[in-house]
Amino acid sequence: MGKLKTITRRTFLVGSTAVAGGIAFGTYLAKKPLANPLESQLRVGEVTFNPWVLIDAEKITLIVPHMDMGQGVASVQAAMIAEELDLEMGQFEISFGVPDGAYYNTALAAEAVPFRSTDTGLQAETMRGLIGSVMKIMGMQVTGGSTTVPDTLNKLRIAGATARETLKLTAAIKTGVDVRDLRTASGAVHLPDGSKLLYTELATEAASLKPIHHNVLRDPKHWRLLGKPMKRLDVVAKSTGTLNYGIDLSFDDMLYAAVKLNPHKGSPLASYDDSSAKNMRGVSHILPVTGGVVAIADNSWRAFKAVEAIQCEWQKAPYPAEQGEHWQVVADSFTADRLDKIWRDDGDVQQAVNQKPDAQAEYKAPYVAHQPLEPLNAVIRNGKQKVDMWVAHQMPRFAQQKVAAITGHDQADVHIHQQYAGGSFGHRLEFENVILAAEIGQQLPDETIKLTFTREQDFAQDFTRQIGMARGQGTVKNGQVEAMDLQVATVSSSSSQGKRMDQPMPGPDKQIAEGVWNLPYAIPDFRVRAYRVPELAPTSSWRSVGASTAGFFGDCFLDELIHIAGADPLVERIRLCDDEVAKQVLIKAGELSNWHKPLKPNQGRGVAFVESFGVPVAEVVELTQTEHGIKIDQVTVVADVGRVIDPINFDNLVKGGVVWGLGHAMNCEITYADGRAQQSNYHQHAGMRMHQCPRIIVKGLENGRQVRGIGEPPVPPAAPALANAIFAATGQRIREMPFDKNIKFV
Amino acid sequence: MQITVNGVQHEIDVEDDMPLLWVLRDELKLTGTKYGCGIAQCGVCTVHMDGLAVRACQLRAGDAQGRQITTIEGLGTPEALHAVQDAWIEHQVAQCGYCQSGQIMSVASFLKFKPNPTDEEIDFALSSNLCRCGTYPRIREAVKTAAAKLRGEV
Ligand code: FES
Ligand code: FES
Repeated sequence: MGKLKTITRRTFLVGSTAVAGGIAFGTYLAKKPLANPLESQLRVGEVTFNPWVLIDAEKITLIVPHMDMGQGVASVQAAMIAEELDLEMGQFEISFGVPDGAYYNTALAAEAVPFRSTDTGLQAETMRGLIGSVMKIMGMQVTGGSTTVPDTLNKLRIAGATARETLKLTAAIKTGVDVRDLRTASGAVHLPDGSKLLYTELATEAASLKPIHHNVLRDPKHWRLLGKPMKRLDVVAKSTGTLNYGIDLSFDDMLYAAVKLNPHKGSPLASYDDSSAKNMRGVSHILPVTGGVVAIADNSWRAFKAVEAIQCEWQKAPYPAEQGEHWQVVADSFTADRLDKIWRDDGDVQQAVNQKPDAQAEYKAPYVAHQPLEPLNAVIRNGKQKVDMWVAHQMPRFAQQKVAAITGHDQADVHIHQQYAGGSFGHRLEFENVILAAEIGQQLPDETIKLTFTREQDFAQDFTRQIGMARGQGTVKNGQVEAMDLQVATVSSSSSQGKRMDQPMPGPDKQIAEGVWNLPYAIPDFRVRAYRVPELAPTSSWRSVGASTAGFFGDCFLDELIHIAGADPLVERIRLCDDEVAKQVLIKAGELSNWHKPLKPNQGRGVAFVESFGVPVAEVVELTQTEHGIKIDQVTVVADVGRVIDPINFDNLVKGGVVWGLGHAMNCEITYADGRAQQSNYHQHAGMRMHQCPRIIVKGLENGRQVRGIGEPPVPPAAPALANAIFAATGQRIREMPFDKNIKFV
Repeated sequence: MQITVNGVQHEIDVEDDMPLLWVLRDELKLTGTKYGCGIAQCGVCTVHMDGLAVRACQLRAGDAQGRQITTIEGLGTPEALHAVQDAWIEHQVAQCGYCQSGQIMSVASFLKFKPNPTDEEIDFALSSNLCRCGTYPRIREAVKTAAAKLRGEV
């Protein structure tokens, strides 16, 4: 097992060869059911049927294993269990549970394979299955990749059905009534004589039965909760200031910590002078930590002030100091030795472009920060027997390992208390706050300490999105796009992230060209080559990951070719589309946006289409060129997720994704000078604000064969749709993000 | 010094220049008021001082003395909602929810002065309340519902 663990742990994230290495051991373990983590914590009178349902005489608790960062997982996942368990919303409590392998995420693995999402051939499906097994063996409990719904829709309904059938059997034994004559509704088993037994009344007796595994699921036609507009369980708390996020926690005698880390990310602290800081009011400790210093005080603000007053000498950054050098490395990466993979090679592109391309263009996408509104934080208490950490984290089991490695406890003695997150967008896949809090706890055992990053520290330490460029050339013929050849060069955010998780990522990085190589277009000659830029500043997963850059490059360049061909941008995309589900998405977007309706002379309309995380999304941006700059009037979004599980949440997430995609394309970038990020707060990196927000029309289609998540897919088409609309209105092609470098917005 | 928050007087021992935000959060444990930027850029720390929306990260504790401070906890509670909160729940505005205390406090103050705001006025009033999750479209609708509620129309 030791060996297996090392091998699979080191090789889990794709790379076809690596996965192949993992399977040899995989099948047996992957088939074995995982232990239910709730069993070991059961109190008297409590019963659990599976890792997701816990009932005692007082209440029913449903476990939601993903982190809620605003995507609504707490409600949606609970509703999946409640649907089959016949509970009403409000009849149960929810808990984020404990980190455990039983909550492994399979959907994420399915996304990692290097096949188009529409490819259901033997090879693609086998690979998805194999990676799924590896995820299970390793207990990869991860929130990410828009997998909240796809990972759990079946699992959690089965969990609900299993609990329901076991409760029915319990009632049958107790009453002597045939189980076939029993029904369940609203948290109770109902008997033919009209009486009922509450689930909570059956808990003790149910505990002595072996749970009945029941995997026949109800037809969605009969759903009561799923597929219908839901009222989110946390909406009242979030509207009254009564929801506690990690940053709000408070314990008796708690101390407050603030940190200052080397702005040359990843480099050590050379020396420091805390003479003025340590005597400041309320300050109890100044501690060195990896890469910086920490001040501990009796109030967050006093800790912030103290840490600010510490004079630090920093070692220089391990990456180029100036932004211009970063761009140079990217520009120099379109070479044979940096070719990561040829992802698509239809027809004969070389011959087509050898003849003199009709269009050639270069695109750029900068580093961008995550910066969710709740700054990074964590509360730590390092006791002798166990460590407690309260933190919102997308990978709680990795967080547990990181802490254990620092404090020397067994992983099982590290208790991660999952919190609601005030946003993430990928930020809470990283470990800075977790590691620092553990280092603080290690130096101050038995104290309870809350670490809060200032916004400035959070900006300075953010592991941004990948930086990248693309070069395109193409030809047109008889009013149609004939050849498109795109080279995409970015740093590999997956391998940068993997390094910090001690996880080398073998094989090509699927994210570099994601969103373009998988376009469902039958362009006769179509080639996509991905180049891996050597690591520069550290980068990480940023909402929609690779597709946020390559999707922009690919769709905008296609738009250029369509324009040169003299074709209509929407009509030509539909003509090229060779996938029926995607085609319907484009057609619907055209209908809802009144694509063919003429606009005023100072207005423009642009369309973009990107598929990411298996979800085809089309967006149409309509805008006006005003004397104060570009004003985005309306965005129409159509996405196909196979099935919309909560229409309200769907609508909210799509709109949020559009705002995210547009806002960052308009005005956000992180640049480096003297090895430090130059943007320190929201005045330099805000994204979209209220007065810039367009009307957004949202439509979810359900033609896709599989249920998919919607957190990320609306992001990638937003930037290209905006750029294409700007071109339509002004004749100016915007080929570089942020767009406000070249055009003004209101 | 003494400050009055949500109608309750508190005796606190802090520096004059400690921002009210940290008095509320760390001294009084009123954590419905959030920290986001500390430099008046995001609006998550919005509270009312004598009924007017102010940024608690910019207000010195010393300057809050003798004033009536209202936080989200004092605006309304889950059992007794303020009309703005009620509208926020009806429209299910929140995603992560972290910005929403500040949005709601800004709106509650704004509607006192503009009971029947136009779209432009809403946009203008809320342009310095950041929402990273992008709930702006729902905020707009909820503001209109809240205004109608406060005018007694719904
Ligand atoms: S924390 Fe006060 S405005 Fe951002
Ligand atoms: S709801 Fe998340 S920042 Fe506004």
